[in-house]
Amino acid sequence: MRFAFTEDQLGFRDAVRSMLDKECPAEVVRAAWPDDGTGAGARAEPAAVAAVWARLADIGVLGVAVPEAAGGLGLAELDWVLLAEEAGYAAVPHPFVETVAVAAPLLASAGAPTGGGRSLAGIVGGTVRIAAALTPGHDGRAVPYAARADGVLVHARSTGAVHLLGPDEAGVHSVRTVDGAIDAADLTDRRCHDGNVVTAAPALVDQAFDRGALGAAAQLLGLARHMLDLTVGYVVERRQFGVPVGSFQAVKHHLADALVHLELARPAVHRAAYSAAVGSPNRARDVSMAKAMASDAARLVGAKALQCHGAIGYTVEYDLHLYLKRAWALAATWGTAAWHRDRVGRAMGI
Amino acid sequence: MTNLTWSAGEERFRAEARGWLEEHLATWRRRHGLGTGADAQVPSGDTREGFALHLEWERMLFEARWAALSWPEAYGGRAGSLWEWLIFEEEYYRAGAPPRVTQNGIFLLAPSVFEFGTPEQQQRILPRMAAAEDLWCQGWSEPNAGSDLAALTSRATKVDGGWLLNGQKTWTTRGAFCTHLFGLFRSDPGSERHKGLTYLLVPLDGDGVTVRGFGRLDGDEGFAEVFFTDAFVPDDAVLGKVDQGWSVAMATTGSERGLTLRSPGRFLATADRLVDLYRRCAHDGPASAAMRDRVIEGWMRAEAYQLFTLGTVTALTEGGAVGAESSINKIWWSELDVALHEAAVDLLGSAAVVDAAWTKAQQFALAGPIYAGTNEIQRNIAAERVLGLPRR
Repeated sequence: MRFAFTEDQLGFRDAVRSMLDKECPAEVVRAAWPDDGTGAGARAEPAAVAAVWARLADIGVLGVAVPEAAGGLGLAELDWVLLAEEAGYAAVPHPFVETVAVAAPLLASAGAPTGGGRSLAGIVGGTVRIAAALTPGHDGRAVPYAARADGVLVHARSTGAVHLLGPDEAGVHSVRTVDGAIDAADLTDRRCHDGNVVTAAPALVDQAFDRGALGAAAQLLGLARHMLDLTVGYVVERRQFGVPVGSFQAVKHHLADALVHLELARPAVHRAAYSAAVGSPNRARDVSMAKAMASDAARLVGAKALQCHGAIGYTVEYDLHLYLKRAWALAATWGTAAWHRDRVGRAMGI
Repeated sequence: MTNLTWSAGEERFRAEARGWLEEHLATWRRRHGLGTGADAQVPSGDTREGFALHLEWERMLFEARWAALSWPEAYGGRAGSLWEWLIFEEEYYRAGAPPRVTQNGIFLLAPSVFEFGTPEQQQRILPRMAAAEDLWCQGWSEPNAGSDLAALTSRATKVDGGWLLNGQKTWTTRGAFCTHLFGLFRSDPGSERHKGLTYLLVPLDGDGVTVRGFGRLDGDEGFAEVFFTDAFVPDDAVLGKVDQGWSVAMATTGSERGLTLRSPGRFLATADRLVDLYRRCAHDGPASAAMRDRVIEGWMRAEAYQLFTLGTVTALTEGGAVGAESSINKIWWSELDVALHEAAVDLLGSAAVVDAAWTKAQQFALAGPIYAGTNEIQRNIAAERVLGLPRR
């Protein structure tokens, strides 16, 4: 029994953390937002935003879950879960989970459909970004990153097989979102055919979804930590009644609650990564527990962060909203907390 | 590497514990006509009749060296690892074995005796504690010193060869049935707050000590107030250094909140029983869907506490320490316990008016956010010492 990461895993995490700290500060997340509020898809991607993805490719992160023979690092969920957490912390405005955790290992094991230039090599190299609508029963609406992605993973309605569609085959139609950095689109079409099928094997289909939910859960942990850090920093500086507001017990108790829920969601996410990495029969249950707890924790931390900031947090000029809205988006996608609790219950036999 | 499986040796240990518990619980219950399995009717250990029964059970645990399994063999343990302790606790509560009436000695006092006691004190105190011959209660709270423990006024006055104790302790768990008390007394009359306190080990049968038991919320005589009137204790009753009792006491609270007071096994067992209760209850309509969600949530929170603890034990095993993070732990398990029992009470519906196992346990769960440092104090500690918010 040992429930801790290795030095190598922590070292890789630290490298990604310091890179994102430099390359993806709040200004870059903000730059990914449309400035006219009409939807992001119509506008060229700012260079600083594109550079974040390129840097992730440079240090191997985009191919972390791809076998070495295919140009990746050949690592498993336990190795990338901490990287997803860092991507969440920085609110990386790209389809990190969809591309790195879902599409890349899926295409590596199932084989990528040819055509459209949506190759595994392109993913690993950072030139191809993939969105995904793989939550069971997904209706194709408001798929994060689909407006700008080079391809979208969907289920064929009739067979349940996973297909990789080009933007034209998916009929992407940009939508305005609460988190302006996620470039979401409705899929008004889903032209699934033999030429774009990735896999019909239920084991691979289920695994791809679980990886997405796990990656989202890890990002939610990172976002929660970022919101807590921002808030601690603020309440220590902000003075009212002649003292820092962080010295008031009411504020302390809000933030202690936030801390408790974050710290107890964390091992659930890490255990899910373990279950996925070792192919545990409990993988689906453990991933669902992780996503449910991380979603609820991030929303609670976000609510506490907003309250403890007071009015400044309730503005778009201050940075908190960038992370708060991303947390909302991730809590709502890859299965809500209630959906995942239901899945845990079914695994428990109730 | 992360490895969430038990070794072959640990699995053997689990099998041994499970086999022993099954056999001896059955023996103990049969001997006293307590019924079997889920139908067992075991009187509370916090009543006079129940306490004697539980002492017999504690001595059975001791004979088989389960009572304090992590202790060295010389003191009655089996030098078990923290992992083995966790496994034993899981098996203990899964088997439906009774709450430990020796809890406060073995899990709260003993860690301080190991850390601060002289070899003579360790030899004198620990084997009798493990054997449930001496039964220890905690003497910290006073009528005017609860959360503000440093406001305590019970005093120890130096006399030839020892100390004279005067004052009052209260809300002393199982004080009416225990033989000894460990507590804090103000030994420097000019001192204030955390300074000038001494940690003393006091027999309750001595002259000048009066114990009055009274009913807790559930009606059991689980509380006592303890009055000291020129009660004499010798110099070797001091644990640690004179006037340094606060740091000794804080070491105990660290172990209490950090790990040993409430193992995950207890809550995993409660969560499993809650799931069973849900299965046995009628399920129809929207109320059932809401209850199902709460049951699943409760099960997940118990599971999360187990995982959190596995991380803590990994860190301890690799040379780390439990610090202020233990406040996070205490907030979680105490609020988890309340949530699990409230869900059970809601599943029971009108049957929840009956004074029975679940309702008894629910009332006990409500004490969790209060004892061992209220959750308000824990939140202050978490905010100040983990997050670094300013003290006032």
